[in-house]
Amino acid sequence: MILLYGFIYAALAASLVACIVRAVRYARLPVNLRWELYPVPHEDPMHAGHGGSYFEDLDWWTKPPRRHLLGEWKVMAAEIFLLRAMYEHNRKLWRCSYPFHLGLYVLIFTGLAAAAPLPGLAWFGLAGCVLVMAGAAGLLVHRIHDRKLRLYSAPADYFNLCFFFAAAGGLAFSKLAGNGASLGTMSKALLTFDRGITLPASQAVALAAAALLIAYIPMTHMAHFIAKYFAYHAIRWSDRPSAGLQGMERRIAEYLTYRPDWSASHMGAKDGASWAEIVTQNPAAEKSK
Amino acid sequence: MKRDLSPNDLARNDPAPLVELTNDNLMPLPAPLDSPALDRPWRALSPHTVEACECGLDNTCAVNVPRPQSRAQEEELVRRFLAGLDKLFSEQNNWPFLKPLMLTMEHCTRCQTCSDACHIFEASGGQELYRPTFHSEILRRLYFKHVRGGGLLSAWQHGDIQLNWPLVARLIELSYRCNLCRRCAQVCPIGADNGLVARELRKLFSQEMGIAPKELHDQGSMLQMKTGSSTGMKTAAVRDNVSFIDEDTTERTGVAIETPWDVEGADVLLLHNAGEILAWPENPGAFALILTAAGIKWTLSSELAGYDAVNYGLWYDDAQFARVALRHAEIARKLKVKKIVIGECGHAHKALAVIADRILTGELNVPRESSMTLLRDIVAGGRLKLDPARNDFPVTLHDPCNLVRLMGVVEPQRAILRAICPRFREMEPHGVDNYCCGGGSGFAIMSGNNFPDWRMHVSGRKKLEQVLRAFGDCLEPETPKYVCAPCSNCKGQIRDLLAYYDLWEKHRILYGGLAELIVNAMSDARAGFIEWEWR
Repeated sequence: MILLYGFIYAALAASLVACIVRAVRYARLPVNLRWELYPVPHEDPMHAGHGGSYFEDLDWWTKPPRRHLLGEWKVMAAEIFLLRAMYEHNRKLWRCSYPFHLGLYVLIFTGLAAAAPLPGLAWFGLAGCVLVMAGAAGLLVHRIHDRKLRLYSAPADYFNLCFFFAAAGGLAFSKLAGNGASLGTMSKALLTFDRGITLPASQAVALAAAALLIAYIPMTHMAHFIAKYFAYHAIRWSDRPSAGLQGMERRIAEYLTYRPDWSASHMGAKDGASWAEIVTQNPAAEKSK
Repeated sequence: MKRDLSPNDLARNDPAPLVELTNDNLMPLPAPLDSPALDRPWRALSPHTVEACECGLDNTCAVNVPRPQSRAQEEELVRRFLAGLDKLFSEQNNWPFLKPLMLTMEHCTRCQTCSDACHIFEASGGQELYRPTFHSEILRRLYFKHVRGGGLLSAWQHGDIQLNWPLVARLIELSYRCNLCRRCAQVCPIGADNGLVARELRKLFSQEMGIAPKELHDQGSMLQMKTGSSTGMKTAAVRDNVSFIDEDTTERTGVAIETPWDVEGADVLLLHNAGEILAWPENPGAFALILTAAGIKWTLSSELAGYDAVNYGLWYDDAQFARVALRHAEIARKLKVKKIVIGECGHAHKALAVIADRILTGELNVPRESSMTLLRDIVAGGRLKLDPARNDFPVTLHDPCNLVRLMGVVEPQRAILRAICPRFREMEPHGVDNYCCGGGSGFAIMSGNNFPDWRMHVSGRKKLEQVLRAFGDCLEPETPKYVCAPCSNCKGQIRDLLAYYDLWEKHRILYGGLAELIVNAMSDARAGFIEWEWR
């Protein structure tokens, strides 16, 4: 048991560290130029209703900035819990992707709620496993049979779905086989480091596989739950005028000291010129001399 | 036609095009163009172009990349591409867009949700080459292989790709088969942005290899920085032309107009796309009349680039973009104007009001406003006497992507049209869900080889469909119809579409700007400002 516990703890720690590393890596990238995409849900409702922005107001800079956070939270909740974008624009895939993600949410909830004596938690966890299996199987079938998915799929894409199916299947099987502990009991034992619990080999293997999967996810594109935060909040919905953003000028001033080495002649990046020097040159004027 | 094209096909050594589009395979159009036989034939590329340039992608050639003369030259070009690839993913070289690019590279799940949103993919009849993820997938595989270290595990995880000159040559062309309208990004559940990827590819080719369409670079941003305008007009010429426009507008409307120049402390510095002055002088004329009649203290600038709002760098090159944006802001600062108002030019809106925002620090951050907003305020505020009956003809509105989806200026232009055009009808879909006109990202001004055929048949096809459907109930030539396109490039593309399919001659569908419709409705001006003549 200690070995299994050690493996699971190590996997969870590795996953957490990998998530943090990925998030920090994106957070530390330079602030991009504004690249928003409308509709932006935190716009004032009088604009957001038709996808508009504060640019629709005359002399918009004279008005206090208004951020309608409730609007943003509503869109975020629908996106996180219902996968709304996929529902609206790719219903066929949503029918598999949604149960898959819902199953993951159920499993996460089951694991976190293990310490609370909630009735039916064991069956709840089992339902999560079944949803993940069904979703993963459906996504796999789509990826194999749908030409437009198959053309762009790497071997890892198939492996990942199989891995999910196997890990969820292992957990479900060990529960249904009747001689193992429930997911809730296992989670509780893990949380309390209860070495008194006994698990059959099949369940130990299933747990180890699930732990390995948890460690593996943030090392792949499946860590889109991290990417999505930045893609939405730092880019797609990042519409605030720079004049109102603390520290923005300081950061931009720093980037303008960077020394690029792009080679095209019009760039004028030779001799270690900074961005500030490059963008204040007029390559056409120099040419005409 | 090969339908199962894969990203690796770009590396094929065969110089023949990967796809040959024919009218039979394109998205069907509604009446009166509801048969492939009614569509226009494609012009073939000239033998000289095929021999001298890299034309291995599809029926056309936008960039005219010269064919290398030896294997050594090819290898050198591939080496330069690889150097550029590294720079595209380095902070020092690409801080402005590194974050969105990396997020797209590392997290696209290739679910293809974006495909159905792309007007080019749909109009081409689902041609794999134009799927929004196609060019992105190539860059993604190159990124993981050549920037992130590659190896067997990477190939297993992200897919492999062969890098050679044919791939680079085709990728150069492919980066100019996307309008950068970002409709694909709008529907992406992850937030990946294939439009940005096309732009970043263009940037690599321009900033590292010095490769860009001549219309955007040599005759575009470079000419603008040399003479003051991508039209080639110098200060004296632009002042002469505007003076003529003033006279003409005065004569046509009976309202005396004199455009003010370089007025220090003006409330408004108006920035027109200088193409309007040459191609559609009624638009700057209409603006002059409206602002004067509304009692606004406004000015134009005669400084280098101050009389041309265009900023083509937005489409292909960060340095060129920043140079022009800084120039515009500096002119406004020196004139001490209260705000810059951007005329009917979509990309100029996004370039100066949105994307340049973070580099316009300190005094350079002069407030920037859309002319749509100002015009709405003038119309809604009752500052002009307007008679909607003068605009009693069917009008539909084209939404420029840069203004709407990429800036959120959706409602002001509609409020104006609802107030002054009793027979206004929307295209479907519209607003932030609009379709690009097909001329976006520079295509409207790119007319080399047979590229206009591709632009009309493929990138403009969805807009053509929308226009025909919007006027489906009144296609008869007895009813004059007006497509309002408040953006110079969109207007140019719509002009070309209507001309290509003879829709003015046969169905009396005309196009124009928004300001012209306002002046046409002004009771204090002579009736008939909009002339129902082809231009």
